[in-house]
Amino acid sequence: MSAIDEVVTEAPAVEAVPKRAMTLGTGTSLIMLGLLILVPLFVKNFIIFQLTMLLIYGLAVLALNILTGGSGQFSLGQSAFYAVGAYTSAILIEHAGMNYALTLPIAGIICFGFGFLFGQPALRLSGVYLALATFALATAMPQLLKLGYFEHWTGGVQGLVVTKPDAPFGLKISQDMWLYYFTLAVTIAIYVFSVNLLRSRSGRAFMAIRDNEIAASAMGIDVALYKTLAFGVSAGITGVAGALGAIAVQFVAPDSYTITLAISLFLGMVVGGVGWLPGSIVGSAFIIFVPNIAEGISKGLSGAVFGVLLFLVIFLVPHGARQVAIVGQQLFAKLKKG
Amino acid sequence: MELFTNQILAGISTGAIYACMALAVVMIYQAIDHLNFAQGEMAMFSTFVSWQLMQWGVPYWGAFIITLAFSFAGGIVIERLLFKPLAKAPILTNVAGFIALFAIINSVAGLIWDFTIKQYPTPFGSHPFLGSQLISTHQAGMIGVTVLLLIALFFFFRFTRMGLAMRAAASLPESARLVGINTSWMIALGWGMAAAIGSIAGMLIAPVVFLEPNMMGGVLIYGFAAAVLGGLTSPFGAVIGGFLVGIFENLAGTYIPGVGNELKLPIALALIITVLVVKPAGLFGRPIVKRV
Repeated sequence: MSAIDEVVTEAPAVEAVPKRAMTLGTGTSLIMLGLLILVPLFVKNFIIFQLTMLLIYGLAVLALNILTGGSGQFSLGQSAFYAVGAYTSAILIEHAGMNYALTLPIAGIICFGFGFLFGQPALRLSGVYLALATFALATAMPQLLKLGYFEHWTGGVQGLVVTKPDAPFGLKISQDMWLYYFTLAVTIAIYVFSVNLLRSRSGRAFMAIRDNEIAASAMGIDVALYKTLAFGVSAGITGVAGALGAIAVQFVAPDSYTITLAISLFLGMVVGGVGWLPGSIVGSAFIIFVPNIAEGISKGLSGAVFGVLLFLVIFLVPHGARQVAIVGQQLFAKLKKG
Repeated sequence: MELFTNQILAGISTGAIYACMALAVVMIYQAIDHLNFAQGEMAMFSTFVSWQLMQWGVPYWGAFIITLAFSFAGGIVIERLLFKPLAKAPILTNVAGFIALFAIINSVAGLIWDFTIKQYPTPFGSHPFLGSQLISTHQAGMIGVTVLLLIALFFFFRFTRMGLAMRAAASLPESARLVGINTSWMIALGWGMAAAIGSIAGMLIAPVVFLEPNMMGGVLIYGFAAAVLGGLTSPFGAVIGGFLVGIFENLAGTYIPGVGNELKLPIALALIITVLVVKPAGLFGRPIVKRV
């Protein structure tokens, strides 16, 4: 066995996305924002709830997008961070009587720490191995949450019921509507933070690592630090999303946070376009509404419909919603000219 | 002391399950450099096919052979149709493809055979083996089949032209093509063999865990843990890894307080991460050097 057959050239884990292609232009952003603010005024409470979930999953997908699209690392374990965030918030609200808004930053910080620590071993892993380690984390999470030791706090298998907050300052809007605007505000804040993060020095370091780790370290980037940092930030944002999710659904239980959730979030990212932050909301719409549609087509076949759609996306539009948006933009430009 | 030996025996017999699964995982990893997250579901589907054949009156070994052939062909078809076009795509796309395959197979199996738990027959019987209460004839048979499979694979890869060509295609595709090996078909063959090995694993496991669409969830994680422990590049390591994981699981369950059935998956997780951190190449794998 010569030395040469032990040398492999590694394919890139994730395709490089230029920094400018990661966000929307100002005009489009403002239109989107206007829509998000106005739509809830005209629809029923149940749809408002679904829109809230859309934003929450959008946040979770965004977090994964920062990790994968930004720093080129995988995670099939986002459901674990989501669960930790949800439980942190639920326990603080129900056992410590804390205000729900204050639990969000705490959930974020705890998940940041958890993600940062999990990122330590993940440092030595890349590509497939990282997918594997995080996959195992996601599968193990529900069992950890059911543990007898923590039952006093977590409610064990039964989970915890969370009280839904009322609108403050005597505002005369429904709880659902208040929660929607609250979530929207948090989402916008995090979105702006993420865009700025990716444009900052740290963001550029993430992308350098994604594109070529060795070249990045040669440029003086602390690869270990930035890789774990990306994990931490991603976990932190997922944790905030999980906390919001717990408040919106009013319930946390171990079996809501299985590997299925992690896979959904991963699909959301692929569908929305890896590395394209606004795509997160498209991906989130996909994972919320498509299972419903699939159930409508054939009960019990929703998994298959899901899988087939995913294959279609991979083969026809490998860049997801980003590709669709670019094609649409070009068509629009052509129409304008002609 | 007797408890200890008994636990080791029991561990070896559960380990045989993981060893089979790990062997299938490693086979495909060798051929395409990816972990197939749908491996367990493919095995589950094959097992259902054999069950269906038996329901139609085919005797056990007949169903066994037909299922092997079906899985082999099925593996090749999946590779040709779905994964060959993705060969040059980033890892991310491949992982997404495996997950899609997972969802499709799981859901289709549930649709055809529904989610109720089914009994699955064993050809070895389930009497105590050599008078031991802990290990049944089925489990002994399972260990035997795994070992036979490993020996057969060893001979195939070591002494046949086809095996040599497959190894060449996996380790240096370009040079292999220059000497006239059709590397693309070697990959398809790898998929076929992995699917067939997986189906053997499925048919051996089904009498123990019972047949249902989600039967492979926990087994696959342990199979991964075994493959990682033994080294993803070594079929021999995978089998040893499987037995070690089985023993470890049983000993941890007996001697560490608070670790019962409910902590099974976290143990697998801890094991995977520890191995990957301490010795990423596994016990028997060779370290991979990356070209810059």
